[in-house]
Amino acid sequence: MIHNVISLKNITKTFGGHAVLNNFSAEIPLCGVTVIRGASGAGKTTLFRLLMGLEKPDSGEIHGIEGKKSAVVFQEDRLLPWSTALENAALGSDESRAKEALVRLGLGDNLCQLPRELSGGMNRRVAIARALAFDGDILFLDEPFTGLDEENKKIAADAMREANIPILVITHDDAEADLFGAYCEIRID
Amino acid sequence: MPSKRKLFQTALIALIYLLVWEAVSLLVGKELLLPSPISTLSRLAVLLTKGETWLFSGLTLLRIMTGYAIGVVSGVLLAVLTARSQFAEALLSPLRAIVKTSPVTSFILLALLWLSSDMVPLVISILMVVPMVWTATAEAILQTDIRLIEMGKMFGLTKWQIVKKIFVPSVLPQFLAACTTSLGFAWKSGVAAEIIALPKQSIGYMLYQSKLRIETTDLFAWTLMIVALSMLLEWLLVRGMRRIRHDT
Repeated sequence: MIHNVISLKNITKTFGGHAVLNNFSAEIPLCGVTVIRGASGAGKTTLFRLLMGLEKPDSGEIHGIEGKKSAVVFQEDRLLPWSTALENAALGSDESRAKEALVRLGLGDNLCQLPRELSGGMNRRVAIARALAFDGDILFLDEPFTGLDEENKKIAADAMREANIPILVITHDDAEADLFGAYCEIRID
Repeated sequence: MPSKRKLFQTALIALIYLLVWEAVSLLVGKELLLPSPISTLSRLAVLLTKGETWLFSGLTLLRIMTGYAIGVVSGVLLAVLTARSQFAEALLSPLRAIVKTSPVTSFILLALLWLSSDMVPLVISILMVVPMVWTATAEAILQTDIRLIEMGKMFGLTKWQIVKKIFVPSVLPQFLAACTTSLGFAWKSGVAAEIIALPKQSIGYMLYQSKLRIETTDLFAWTLMIVALSMLLEWLLVRGMRRIRHDT
């Protein structure tokens, strides 16, 4: 069966007695860019984790994402402190793809540097390069532009769009969402 | 390569210690109680010309380092087991606590009852090393950032790749530190075990003989030999570790 949407039906997820998602339903298109919005603590990251299979819902069903590989930019960079920018970016792929992504994001001169030798914005770009180099079916972006200047935000957004796979992005910032051009929006209250 | 300044500083410190030793020795005035550095070093030079010194030192090294190697491997295996299984941790942690807290002489005397004198230093070295490597490695495994493991899984790393790329580099600093610390403990306890168990061809046996015949200069010369071997081992280990860290 071919799905062109991810279908979430009556999803409830509780942490320590607190329902982060309560009977949440939505359909997320598996094409283009979808922006997930909601107040802090509304459950956006939890929704991502459920979609990526890192958490299981307490109740409800998720369909349309089975067997799909997720390329992720986590809320934190999650870089290996002992590995260079190139090694980090190549973690789920190969060095040529990783190098291409790093160069695209303006890190061609920093391939052999460790995370502690790079600025916060540069590390963020390495995390983005890792997701872009990975041969994923869906790109999950959780606050992907944290620490980036305007120019690098634009370069990164262009590179993400050019990956030509469905993009799900969490951002609070309208201007950051606009960097992707046209997008669908899903709100979690 | 150490700089000239560093070499000069090391030589100066050694000279200060030798001068203090010489001064105290002169003050005591009895070679039987405190031999001078000159007579100790002369005696060591004589000992070094004898084949049996090298043979006994080699055999002591072999016993203790075999125990050390077995201890490191066992410590790592136990760490992996107890970090993965709460039941294994609950089952085995009392044993670790007993080995950690009991006096080493109790184990030496027990080992002497159960084993040949040649085996006692080896077993004691194992007992000294296992809890140190086990504790440090298990803690490091448990402290490994779960978010990195999650990231590795998301990017399609296999279990083996997660071990190699995330667990090993994360655990390595604490593991290597435990290896260095436990080497000194294995060496000291191994020689102590030799002094009590008296395997015929060993540094411990020679130390005991020196004490028995009240040959204090010999006692000092053999002790210097032990210190020198210990420092050599530690130097080799640290060099090896630097290489491992560089390669990882």
